[in-house]
Amino acid sequence: MVTVNLWGSLRSATGGLTEVEVEARNTGEMLKALAEKYPALDQIIEGGVSVAIDGLIYKEAWFTPIKPDSEVVLMPYMKGG
Amino acid sequence: MSKIHVSTSINGDAVEYLCEPEETLLDALRNHVGLTGAKEGCGSGDCGACSVELDGRLVCSCLVLAAEAEGKTVSTVEGMADGEKLHVLQRKILDHAALQCGICTPGILVAAKALLEKNSDPSETEVRYWLAGNLCRCTGYDKIIRAVMDAAAEMRGA
Amino acid sequence: MVTEYVEGSAGTEYNKRDFKVVGTRPPRPDGIDKVTGRALFGADLTAPGMLHATILRSPHAHARIVSIDTSAVLAMDGVKAVVTSEDFVKQQGSGNQDTLDNCMARGKVLYDGHAVAAVAATSVKVANAALKLIKVEYEVLPHETDVDAAMLDSAPVLHEGRKFRNIPEGNNANVSGFREFGHGDLDEGFAKADVIVERSFKTAATHQGYIEPHATLATMGPDGRGEIWVCTQGHYMVRDMAAAFVGMETSQLRVTPSEIGGGFGGKTTVYLEPVALALSKKSGRPVKMVMTREEVFRASGPTTSSSTDVKIGMTKDGRITAGQAKLRYQGGAYPNITAMLGAMTAFASYDLDAVEAQAWNVLTNRPKQAAYRAPGAPMAIYTVESVIDELCQKLDLDPIEVRLLNAAKKGTLSSYGPTFDEIGLVATLEAAKAHPHYAAPLGPNQGRGVSCGFWFNFAGNTSVSMNINEDGTVAVIEGNPDIGGSRASISMMAAEELGIPFEKVRTIVADTNSIGFNDVTDGSRVTFAVGLATIKAARAAIKNMCGRAAQVWGIDADAVDWLDGAAVPTGHNAGEFPPMTVAEIAGDQAKTGGPIAGHHEVNVDGAGVSFGVHLVDVEVDPETGFTEIKRYTVFQDAGKAIHPDYVEGQMQGGAVQGIGWALNEEYIYGEDGKLQNAGFLDYRIPVASDLPMIDAVILEIPNPGHPYGVRGVGETGIVPPLAAVANGVSHAAGVRMSELPMSPPRILAAIDGAK
Repeated sequence: MVTVNLWGSLRSATGGLTEVEVEARNTGEMLKALAEKYPALDQIIEGGVSVAIDGLIYKEAWFTPIKPDSEVVLMPYMKGG
Repeated sequence: MSKIHVSTSINGDAVEYLCEPEETLLDALRNHVGLTGAKEGCGSGDCGACSVELDGRLVCSCLVLAAEAEGKTVSTVEGMADGEKLHVLQRKILDHAALQCGICTPGILVAAKALLEKNSDPSETEVRYWLAGNLCRCTGYDKIIRAVMDAAAEMRGA
Repeated sequence: MVTEYVEGSAGTEYNKRDFKVVGTRPPRPDGIDKVTGRALFGADLTAPGMLHATILRSPHAHARIVSIDTSAVLAMDGVKAVVTSEDFVKQQGSGNQDTLDNCMARGKVLYDGHAVAAVAATSVKVANAALKLIKVEYEVLPHETDVDAAMLDSAPVLHEGRKFRNIPEGNNANVSGFREFGHGDLDEGFAKADVIVERSFKTAATHQGYIEPHATLATMGPDGRGEIWVCTQGHYMVRDMAAAFVGMETSQLRVTPSEIGGGFGGKTTVYLEPVALALSKKSGRPVKMVMTREEVFRASGPTTSSSTDVKIGMTKDGRITAGQAKLRYQGGAYPNITAMLGAMTAFASYDLDAVEAQAWNVLTNRPKQAAYRAPGAPMAIYTVESVIDELCQKLDLDPIEVRLLNAAKKGTLSSYGPTFDEIGLVATLEAAKAHPHYAAPLGPNQGRGVSCGFWFNFAGNTSVSMNINEDGTVAVIEGNPDIGGSRASISMMAAEELGIPFEKVRTIVADTNSIGFNDVTDGSRVTFAVGLATIKAARAAIKNMCGRAAQVWGIDADAVDWLDGAAVPTGHNAGEFPPMTVAEIAGDQAKTGGPIAGHHEVNVDGAGVSFGVHLVDVEVDPETGFTEIKRYTVFQDAGKAIHPDYVEGQMQGGAVQGIGWALNEEYIYGEDGKLQNAGFLDYRIPVASDLPMIDAVILEIPNPGHPYGVRGVGETGIVPPLAAVANGVSHAAGVRMSELPMSPPRILAAIDGAK
């Protein structure tokens, strides 16, 4: 199981939780599992998200491995100038 | 619709072109003569990217009518280097990395050359005020000012 | 000045090494072109048979388009084609549709300057005359350009009936986005504070202000194949958008980037390109379009303006107990993510137990915002850094000591979610504290401002190819427009890895059909991500060259190493062979198996975050309200500086853009919703005589995510100046400033108000 931290305003999609657990070995599996467990997150994930694993931000990378003790943070899709 | 015939000298070469009465010298240089070194950043004389010398006087070529070049001499950035040999200012701009995107560089070079023709030993403040009509959005001017001061020093033989 | 730091925790990519090319300051490879006028920018290209096109723009801030009648136009001599929104393909995703609608209004015009129709003709003069013959019937609607007013229930709604996701109850239909970040218990945090400061701030919309207006030349034949020449930060983005909007497959549209005359985020989207392509498709002729400066201001992306409430609590000894920010950004007529980035970055410099940042994006009748250098961060961090300065003032504490006490470091749970690994803020603050500038005496009416700044930096999709030529020279092919000297730094990394002189490498920026996909030149990604791919492409070429040497020597490929630009046997056991140089291997390449090349394609991760600290001394004239920048020093955690001159240049340029934002620059709208200062005379960016030298102190704290320790440097520099200058002015004027720009009338009013 990995623990996924969500940004605050996603609480409405998870019944008030900002920390949820899913079974996943990589980011792709994690996003798929999140969307299955919390259907309201599906649209948000589909619209584009980033994932921070142990402090490093990954954009659109499905196969980044997640260790059970990794810090996983779901983040919005971001871009710079 | 009748065009005006203009005979002028550009970077030492005799040049003729036909222009509309309302066309600017910048339009003529870029569209009729094929010299695209001078850039149009604003078309209103505020940015200096189109700087050229007209009879030795620094002007924004977007504020000069193409017809006004009749019988005059025009100097643009394309005329600064002597064959393979760069003008000191061109070399110093490169040595000091005094450009990022390079769009303002032709105007800065022409303006700085006009300054050094009038004042071979300008202070930093004099360089800053002389170049105040040449906008650069990339560099914050620091390296440009250093390059011009360094070029002035080398040209003085200092 | 460059300060090198001992390596941090060695990551998967970074290894400390002695550089031969990296860290030197060679002349840039495109330099001669740019000082002789030879470099070709967007507006510098012409094509045989070329037409010129211009755009009819809305005179109204908000109106329904009842009808557009273009029948008189095509009858005009010299006019070859006209397009409106009807000539473009409806898009699937709302983001793409918004971008298309911004290129050409559909149904409604949403701001003064919104494109309505375009005409291609034999000259600009004819095209402009033709625009006057287009009859547009408008039903003028009420408009709103202010962020707070647009949130009121009484405000006119821009996109009637459109639902935006995850908007909390109580917000009106102009709120297109809401995001919230943070952790901890705010009530508990504020209860621990000895002093709490709450203040509201406003910042004006500013424009990226690149000196080169948008320009493009598009061609499309009856065979459906197209070409676009364009000044852009991302030609693959242009290809994808323009092809989708005109309805063609991407392989049929080749986009070639011109030299780019500045972008700063403003050239990360399309405006003219799909229009020129559609006009070319209709006319069968090449079509050139160049914006006027007025069009650049009225219709290309400025940044957001903002209205923010900040509350921060602090103990007597300077520990921040809680921080809260409510950020309301307007980014024009279409949704964007800039407010969210503001909320993520607002408190990112600090290690806080209780923090909350909420962001609202609000639609107004202004042009669609475009990214501007660290989008969202400058105006958010301005408010937080201003309040921290005020707290230091109230508690009589040193502003750098307080920042050091609260600085985020390895293990800090960041305000936006993840826990930081090694980061450089403490080192950056220490460098500022130790610098002579911080101890220099101040004169009358002078004040010193300090601010921290933060930016994420991004990486992304990158393709690089490298050809080893027969004479041992190297061609590097990449796909990110060179906006500030990146061809130099990429050539340097190729030379470093291959072990050959910088002069032996030539890097070009290729068109969309010549190399794999590349993300836009944005997010401070190029030197980091393209550099990383270049190093890996070089390693692939080296592996190939080692294999060739092994075959020639008749030994195992494993028994060959690469050293100083030559293949060498790994040791005596491998055999006694003299080094075989790149030139020797390359010269025989046909005989040893054919052309030698290396390439690397990857979605790069591992861009390291970056912090900056700025120190500024200002002098405020109490009679006129005029502010003079007396001294300015930038400290930045820049990672390994590949070409230090251009790293300094990014830091200096960012600082000066921030100074302009703080003191001068402002989009001014009238009651009629029209932009009143669409030119460089009235929208005043800093000029040379406004400024002193900008000292840049590079702190080379290596990024573990890059083989050479590189991190992005382009954006962070614009973040701290807003608060640094505002704090300096507040000290010099003796009154706390809370609205940007701090133009002389605003400063005078604040001084008078405090009397």
